[in-house]
Amino acid sequence: MKILYFSWIKDKLGKSEENIILQEQIKTVEQLVIFLQNKNDIYKDIFKDNKIIKVSINMEVSNFKDSISDQDEIAFFPPMTGG
Amino acid sequence: MISVQKNNFSINEELSKLKIKYNNIGAISNFIGIVRDKSKQSNLVSMTLEHYPGMAEKMLTEIENQALSRWNLIGSTIIHRYGELFPGDQIVLVITASEHRKDAVESCHFIIDWLKTKGPFWKYEKTNRAGFWVEAKETDKKEELKWKT
Repeated sequence: MKILYFSWIKDKLGKSEENIILQEQIKTVEQLVIFLQNKNDIYKDIFKDNKIIKVSINMEVSNFKDSISDQDEIAFFPPMTGG
Repeated sequence: MISVQKNNFSINEELSKLKIKYNNIGAISNFIGIVRDKSKQSNLVSMTLEHYPGMAEKMLTEIENQALSRWNLIGSTIIHRYGELFPGDQIVLVITASEHRKDAVESCHFIIDWLKTKGPFWKYEKTNRAGFWVEAKETDKKEELKWKT
C-alpha cells in the first residue's frame, strides 16, 4: 500500500510517502492509523488528534471508518487551503 | 478547462481563448488570487503551494462539473498554480462565461469558495521571521457550506 503525507505531517515525518505491506487484520483507515502509531512516537504525535487530519483513499476524500485494501493509495493531510 | 501548473497564466490569453471558442457569450466573470506581501503582521518572503498531483486535477474537474450542472454556463476556466510564489504573483484564475450575468457571477464565486476547502493544496508561508503552514480558516468552511443547496 502506498501512503502519502502532505504539509506539516510530511515535515514532521521527514518523508512524503512510504510503501507498506498491509497486514490482513487491518481493514479500515482507523486501524491503519493505530498500526502507524504503534511504529513510533512521531506517528503517535501526528495522529493524536484525528479531527485535524483528513484522509483520502485513491484520491477520494474519505472517512477514518472507511475500508481499505493493499492496492489503495492513502493520503493524510490537514484541511486543504486552496485558492 | 482546468489546469494545475507551475507556470504563470495570462488572463487576457485565457479570456481570448473562451471568446474565440464560443460566440454566444454575453457575460464573463473572473477571479484572480494574488500572493499578499504580509502574513501575520510580518513581511512575506514567499508562499509555497504544495499540491497532491492527480487529486488536484480530479478535484478541479469535479468543482468545474458542479458549476456546469448548477448554472447555465457556456464555458469556464480554472487554473491553479503550485510551487514557490512571491508577493504580487498570481495563484489562481477562475473564469466563467454565460449568456447572462447571474450565471457567470454566481458560478465564479462558487468555484473559488469550493477551491478554498476542496482543492488539495497547502500553503507554506515564509516570512522574514519564520516559516509556517497556513491553517484552514473557519470562515472558508462557512463560505463553502453556503453553496450546499
